[in-house]
Amino acid sequence: MSNQKYTFAFDSTDAATHDRLGGKCASLAIMTSAGMPVPPGFAITTDAFERTMYQTTLREHIARVLDGLDMNDTADVDARAAHCRELILTQEVPEEVRDEVLLAYRALMERCGGEVAVAVRSSATAEDLPDASFAGQQDTYLWIVGERATLQAVRECWASLYTARAITYRAANNISDEGLSMAVAIQKMVNSRSSGVAMTVDPSNGDRSKIVVESSWGLGEMVVSGEVTPDNFLLDKVMMSVVTAVISDKHEELVPTGRGTIVRREVEPERRVAPSISDAELMAVARLAKAAEKHYGTPQDVEWAIDADLPDGANVLLLQSRPETIWSQKEANVTFVSPGSGIEAITKSMLAGLNLS
Amino acid sequence: MCAAKAKSFPSPYDHKAPAGSEGWQALYPYNLVFQDGLRAKEDEKFWFCDSQHWPNVFKPFETIAVEFASRNLGAYNTRHYIVPPANGIDYRIHNGYNYFSPVAVAPELIAARVPHFLERAGYYFQNWGTLLENWRTKVLANIAEMDALTFEPLPDMVPMETITEGVGMDPSVTLFENYDRLIQLAYRNWEHHFEFLNLGYVAYLDLFGFCKEAFPGIPDLAIAKMVSGVDSVLFRPDDELKKLATLAVELGLTDVFAAGKDAAGTLAALADKPKGAEWIAAWEAAQDPWFNYTSGNGFYGHDVYWRDSLDLPMGYIQDYVERVNKGETLGRPKDELLVERDRIANEYAEALSPEAVETFQGKLGLARAVYPYVEDHNFYIEHWTMGVFWRKVRQLSNLLHEAGFWEHPNDILYLSRDEVRPVLFDYASAWAVGTDPIGPTYWPKEIARRTAIIDALEEARPQPAFNAPPAQISEPFTIMLWGITTEQVSQWLGSDDDDPNTLSGMAASGGVVEGLARVITSPSQLGELEQGEILVAPVTAPSWGPVFGKIAATVTDIGGMMSHAAIVCREYGVPAVTGTGKASTVIKTGMKLRVDGTQGKVTILS
Repeated sequence: MSNQKYTFAFDSTDAATHDRLGGKCASLAIMTSAGMPVPPGFAITTDAFERTMYQTTLREHIARVLDGLDMNDTADVDARAAHCRELILTQEVPEEVRDEVLLAYRALMERCGGEVAVAVRSSATAEDLPDASFAGQQDTYLWIVGERATLQAVRECWASLYTARAITYRAANNISDEGLSMAVAIQKMVNSRSSGVAMTVDPSNGDRSKIVVESSWGLGEMVVSGEVTPDNFLLDKVMMSVVTAVISDKHEELVPTGRGTIVRREVEPERRVAPSISDAELMAVARLAKAAEKHYGTPQDVEWAIDADLPDGANVLLLQSRPETIWSQKEANVTFVSPGSGIEAITKSMLAGLNLS
Repeated sequence: MCAAKAKSFPSPYDHKAPAGSEGWQALYPYNLVFQDGLRAKEDEKFWFCDSQHWPNVFKPFETIAVEFASRNLGAYNTRHYIVPPANGIDYRIHNGYNYFSPVAVAPELIAARVPHFLERAGYYFQNWGTLLENWRTKVLANIAEMDALTFEPLPDMVPMETITEGVGMDPSVTLFENYDRLIQLAYRNWEHHFEFLNLGYVAYLDLFGFCKEAFPGIPDLAIAKMVSGVDSVLFRPDDELKKLATLAVELGLTDVFAAGKDAAGTLAALADKPKGAEWIAAWEAAQDPWFNYTSGNGFYGHDVYWRDSLDLPMGYIQDYVERVNKGETLGRPKDELLVERDRIANEYAEALSPEAVETFQGKLGLARAVYPYVEDHNFYIEHWTMGVFWRKVRQLSNLLHEAGFWEHPNDILYLSRDEVRPVLFDYASAWAVGTDPIGPTYWPKEIARRTAIIDALEEARPQPAFNAPPAQISEPFTIMLWGITTEQVSQWLGSDDDDPNTLSGMAASGGVVEGLARVITSPSQLGELEQGEILVAPVTAPSWGPVFGKIAATVTDIGGMMSHAAIVCREYGVPAVTGTGKASTVIKTGMKLRVDGTQGKVTILS
């Protein structure tokens, strides 16, 4: 996907500026370039919002609606906020913005092998909204299918700048509507063929040179909740090689229907005992976990998925990464038979009867 | 897991010799064969076949290398450094192949050895640099002296100077003394071979043990990669050929090499070229010492050394010239290897607590300081010393061949080294008496008889081991040098649920490739290797260097992380699985294989 004025692909090599992308999208782009492939997608930049606001009559219109608003009159604030949002939701998106967004959208669909559902999320530039945070639980529209619905969801995101709460917040904090802007993330909904967790420390002994990967069929909830015994892999983080692999009997899976619902079903016999992840996919999971640890500077606990719609080599996705909390606080409890170095240490380790095999 | 069935390898006493090889025991020294009177004692021990160093049946003269090597390995453990838990490694020849059995120190005797080890090994570690320089001086002096030894036919008359200078001795004295001296000098350098090697291993094992504790499950390959050097002299001969190839292209001499002539033909053609002389001068300068390099491993009389067979290095140069012409940059990726080595060490260090990092860095530093010897000694002893040694042996053999003692120039190899002395006396005595020596009547028949026995022994591949393996194999040298671990031995014994299409071994050099197998059991078959094939061999030698540029992977029967095959494969970035026990017999040329050098697995795909 090429980057233009109104869109920005998450896997772009261009600088991901916060001004143009907002917090959420900038974070997705930075993660992608740091080797943590989030579900593919693109940002609709703040330029697109501004173009829509300023090159139509929309901005003047909203200013007029809000003129002389009394913040203490909550009923009036609610009414006027709703009016503003209605204006945004019915505003035709300027042609050059729409064309570019659709171009990026179609490129994304092509990459996903056909029309797939997307998530549309607002990506605010920090101080414009009360709950703005990079984790971004702002407006999120899941399982959106089709160009029209996607564009509508984009307008819904934009409109979220004018909730009564947002308007009150800006007024209370003396934030002017001048320069108010928002980017929007369009991101593939993950269609998990397999998923699981990865930890960049061996939880059994605190060995930080290991990565543990657990994997099962379908969505990862069953791995996290312990309803299924996942395949378990221990990898050497430095050499990126498998140390141990245990393939389990995975009797059930949760599978997305593609329309926002999930079915729970039994796994057919031959797939139950087959590895739920290929060697190459396992390495990709290990790589993204290692990249996350490097990026955040502390052992990570990662959720990942393998997307059934994406081609091999681009199908392993990072869903979430958070700091590992147990071993990060302490050191591995190893007592070495021969601390130090030199002839004394050599002798000591020799006599300890190395278990060399 | 269910308990493994009690399994055992056969006793050597029940392991029959192939038909036609009856009486083979008499070809070897009495102390190297399993004696009937010692059955109970010998069957107590576990013996494994060292086909890593001795893949072929010994001719009688060739036992010299295993005798000198094994005796001296033992001497340094047992008598020099008093290594607390380990004495030497006992050795026997059975059905023509070499078997080893590590000798552990009785547990109650270990403690008393510790202070001696601390003092003695400690001294060597503390003075490593100066002692190693001294080692080089001694070893090179022995090689120079050996190189100066000559074996000349006895003249019709002693020279006039013998009369005028009142020498009062004839050249038989020199002949006898030179033969004795040749054996003595080889013995001296085999003494020196182990002067540092065992210590190099214990320092390595200290790091190894630490890494296994700190990073449970760390691949052995990772530890090897952290310490390995990148500019060992062991790789210098091959680097010299690459330099010569590059020079040939620079001097505009490509056409001469493209013609694919033998060495003599190429050199003759070069003589006519304006810049040919410059290249020839470089070629000659490279030969001493770098062409003292064998395509075998230095342990056999049939080993071909580059210096004695210039077609070999010239052929490699021709290949390299072609590659340079195609725009390829020759050479090992030294910078990349260094970057990778430091990346690995740094990433493991980052996974440790600060106190543990200090221990890790200390052990790693020492292992890195002593490790170059582990690689370098091989050039000085196996290649250079033994190259000169075998050349001198062949010169002597040829002299006796021309004097009618035997039919083929190298037939001396069918005599033990102690049988040669009487032959020399026979030759010199008949010369003195003015009659015919007896040997020409006796030896051709005897050699023919011995040849038939050796050929019959060669028909059978060696039994991998004898007797019951110990419950746990923990002798460090056995593991590091030969890759003989508890798991490995049970693999050889074969468990019932084994997938016949999968072989396991040491993950000696990382990477995964698929390709067609080429089984090579002798260096003379190396020419059959095609670009991109997977080399499958009982063992490889580092001097096969130039072939590593064209193969996709290596699989061997025997060899640990520190085996020469493992070292060379890591240097060349070629995946390798060593110590599979049986690859060269199970795999056939042309089979499609998947070699996973990171996991130590070989899969026969079709």
